[in-house]
Amino acid sequence: MTLFEPVIGIEVHAQLKTNTKLFCGCSIQFGDKPNTNVCPVCLGMPGALPVLNRQAVEYAVMAGVALDCDVRPTSVFSRKNYFYPDLPKGYQISQYDQPICLNGFLDIVVDGVTKRIGITRIHMEEDAGKLVHQGSDTIAGATHSHVDLNRACTPLIEIVSEPDIRTAQEARLYVEALRQRLVYLGICDGNMEEGSLRADINLSLRPVGATSFGTRTETKNVNSFRSIERAIQSEIARQTQLLVAGERVVQQTRQYDESTQSTRVLRDKEDSHDYRYFPEPDLYPLVLSLDWIQSIRDTLPELPHAKAARYRGAGLSDFECDVILSEPETSRYFESCVSTGADAKAAAKWIVGDLNSQLKELKQSFAESKLDPAGLVQLLGLIDSGKISGKMAKDVVAQCVKTGHAPEAIVAASGATQISDTSELTAVVDRILDANPDVVEKVKGGKANSADFLMGQVMRETKGRAKPDLVRSLILECISRR
Amino acid sequence: MANWQRSAVELAQAFRSRTVKVVDVVRELWAHHDQVEPSVKAYISTFQESSLTQAAEMDARFDRGDDLPLLAGIPIAIKDNIHVNGVQTTCASQILKGFVPPFNATVIDRLADRHVIVTGKTNLDEFAMGSSTENSSFHTSLNPWDLSRVPGGSSGGSAVAVASGQAVVSLGSDTGGSIRQPAAFCGVVGLKPTYGRVSRYGLVAFASSLDQIGPFSRTVADSALVLDAIAGHDPKDATSASRPSGSFYSTLSPTVAGLRIGVPKELFGPEIDPGVKAKVVAALDLMRANGATWEEVEMPSLREAVSTYYIIAPAEASANLSRFDGVRYGYRDANADNLRDMFRRSRGAGFGAEVKRRIIIGTYVLSSGYYDAYYTKAQKLRSLIVRDFAQAFQKYDVIVTPTAPSTAFKLGEHAANPLAMYLADIATIPVNMAGLPAISVPCGLHAGLPVGLQLVGPAFGEQQLLNVAAGYEALAQFSAHYQSPIFAGGTHA
Repeated sequence: MTLFEPVIGIEVHAQLKTNTKLFCGCSIQFGDKPNTNVCPVCLGMPGALPVLNRQAVEYAVMAGVALDCDVRPTSVFSRKNYFYPDLPKGYQISQYDQPICLNGFLDIVVDGVTKRIGITRIHMEEDAGKLVHQGSDTIAGATHSHVDLNRACTPLIEIVSEPDIRTAQEARLYVEALRQRLVYLGICDGNMEEGSLRADINLSLRPVGATSFGTRTETKNVNSFRSIERAIQSEIARQTQLLVAGERVVQQTRQYDESTQSTRVLRDKEDSHDYRYFPEPDLYPLVLSLDWIQSIRDTLPELPHAKAARYRGAGLSDFECDVILSEPETSRYFESCVSTGADAKAAAKWIVGDLNSQLKELKQSFAESKLDPAGLVQLLGLIDSGKISGKMAKDVVAQCVKTGHAPEAIVAASGATQISDTSELTAVVDRILDANPDVVEKVKGGKANSADFLMGQVMRETKGRAKPDLVRSLILECISRR
Repeated sequence: MANWQRSAVELAQAFRSRTVKVVDVVRELWAHHDQVEPSVKAYISTFQESSLTQAAEMDARFDRGDDLPLLAGIPIAIKDNIHVNGVQTTCASQILKGFVPPFNATVIDRLADRHVIVTGKTNLDEFAMGSSTENSSFHTSLNPWDLSRVPGGSSGGSAVAVASGQAVVSLGSDTGGSIRQPAAFCGVVGLKPTYGRVSRYGLVAFASSLDQIGPFSRTVADSALVLDAIAGHDPKDATSASRPSGSFYSTLSPTVAGLRIGVPKELFGPEIDPGVKAKVVAALDLMRANGATWEEVEMPSLREAVSTYYIIAPAEASANLSRFDGVRYGYRDANADNLRDMFRRSRGAGFGAEVKRRIIIGTYVLSSGYYDAYYTKAQKLRSLIVRDFAQAFQKYDVIVTPTAPSTAFKLGEHAANPLAMYLADIATIPVNMAGLPAISVPCGLHAGLPVGLQLVGPAFGEQQLLNVAAGYEALAQFSAHYQSPIFAGGTHA
């Protein structure tokens, strides 16, 4: 039986986090009352003209630089013509044959092995509005269809990958890495639920070893990581089934349905539009100076893969790097701790561990944490100086994130500082040894584990406030003297 | 001379000396309008009440001695494809039924800053597509020199308003000759500025890379005055030029002495009516007698200009007119039973025949498989036209042609043959293709009908163009000599 290999390319639409729309001064705020963030330009009124948003261009260039693309000094906006009620002008202004960026790449790590995914191009375009149907999910069968143009003219970049992806896992890793990079650049909020990042998946199969491509389908607007994996798995299964049965894959545009976890046909190739692209006469070609591109390159924020390398150098594990880099605010938190003197490994341990789980429980982000980086640094200091034990610190963290009080204040209020006074502890240790002569004998006989029991007794006696390493050495010392 | 017959420059002076009141001018203008408008039908809508209120305000301010701009109180008519906030814009189309723009065109804002008085919105060929106003879905405007003839188009209403004395000056738009050709047919001055000189914001687009707003007037100085008001960079139009406009009126210096004139052979051959050609030669000779030189020059790409234009302009128009889909404003067919049907029926009923013809041509030339053969090739020809003009301007200060190959034609004369109508713009179209400034001035009468002389200048050379036009005006005294019977007599012929 022929074995098939999937060939996958992904187009990601990312909404740019600009202050205003791509061609007018309206806000791009999500979730506002319908048709409130609109003006003659984004409503497509006759006589209105587009003016390009400089910030959006800057963001597109940042994306290009961060993805190792060639940023082109001249790019051209075109009109993509089609009729739909959510497209106010009857055409979308989009870059077409002369996009702003070409030839980049993004490295992903698949099961420990680095794989390079080529990026064909990045182009800028405006988003369409949104239809809300009444009485049906689609326009056919709806009693009313409402047009909301708040989203119309929102700036997007479309990032087109080479067909270098082979598995659903790789696809997911690619989109995750891409999202992370855009979020770290501060140019996209990466919110897939709100549609700030959407993926179109081009997928075909070919016999393993073949070099030419099979007939592909395009699955539109997949908007979660899980859906990307599932859509690809189901489409691979569907195409495999066709090919094994000796049938052909038909070139189509398909849609992923989360409820059935499968794709269904949206339109066949024969129904595909002739978009009649031509250069947008209302906008001259976009010409960027090399100096400007260079200044963007020079001031680019540090990217997650560079940060990861730096963190690993400071002794962090891959897992700790992943957790800390998952959101920019977590890495900001971490770096703020380190820059105010915290030991990187110690800070990472608390950020990835207790603090992370406490915040998750409260459904808070690191930016919202009531234990701020200065607080965590203070806590680490208390542990370091032996004032509290690690175990005590866990309770302090829990109280800090709930109350917002400083660790020192919490410790002082509870009076629960660690006992590290040798004479005070020696008295306790002697009392415990006296009460457990049989255990003392076992330790003397070489059963080191039995010392743990004695430690536990001492800790109970001191309500956990004794400094553990000091207690252990005192136990051994006192036993040896007997 | 009646007040409404005076030029803007004369009125500006009279207002300041308080020898003439703004209210009197406006009132007399409307009285004259009542007499002549039924014959010539220049307007789609008029603002009589608001114009009188504004006039009274202006008089109060002149009485107070306020220092007002020269255009203050001057009655101006606006082509009905330029938005005036809160007033319906029709583009002479049914598809815009009920559409009231919520914003002013930039030119209207700038004129309002100068306290002009807007008299009304003037008739045009639907969406500015045509050369006679016969494509208006409301009515055809008539030539004040001969009511059996067209006034030219597409800005026919604006030309008629000025030529018949129903406005002192007016605004039109020019995509392939839509200001200059009606100016020629009606015996008035019409100026198309350099592409990018005047903001297009608020002008309903026909062909975005060619459209430009400009003035009609009865004297060259009045056009300079209006251009001063409307020109200059506009942040709302990305194609508007960011260069200083200067003051065309105050630096106007009428002269033709030392002028080197080139006359393209391609626009001086058998396609030009001999009677028209004779008047143009006479005008050239008059300038030669006063220190200018002229000779013929070859500009071979001009022969292809009309064909090139009828690919590029419809291509752009086909996209520009897509927004009229019945969804958000304008006419919507109520009987459609699905979305596609609603688009088809609304557009099918809302657009007239010529507009549909151009949408179809434009859609065709942009279609996959035809794009390179038509659109790409047309763009190449366009750059040849640009190059031919650039070369000519190395040798000549101005290029002169007849504005139109004939005088005003009869109503319905070209109704059966759209191509013959398209050729009415043979001399004006190349100028739009190259984005250059050009002005049409009257240069005599042929068989009782005005002939237009087109002067073309290099990009952003409006000042020199106006100087030359005013120089010729001083020699020919056309504003006194060539007045339509309706204007001169106050009643129609």
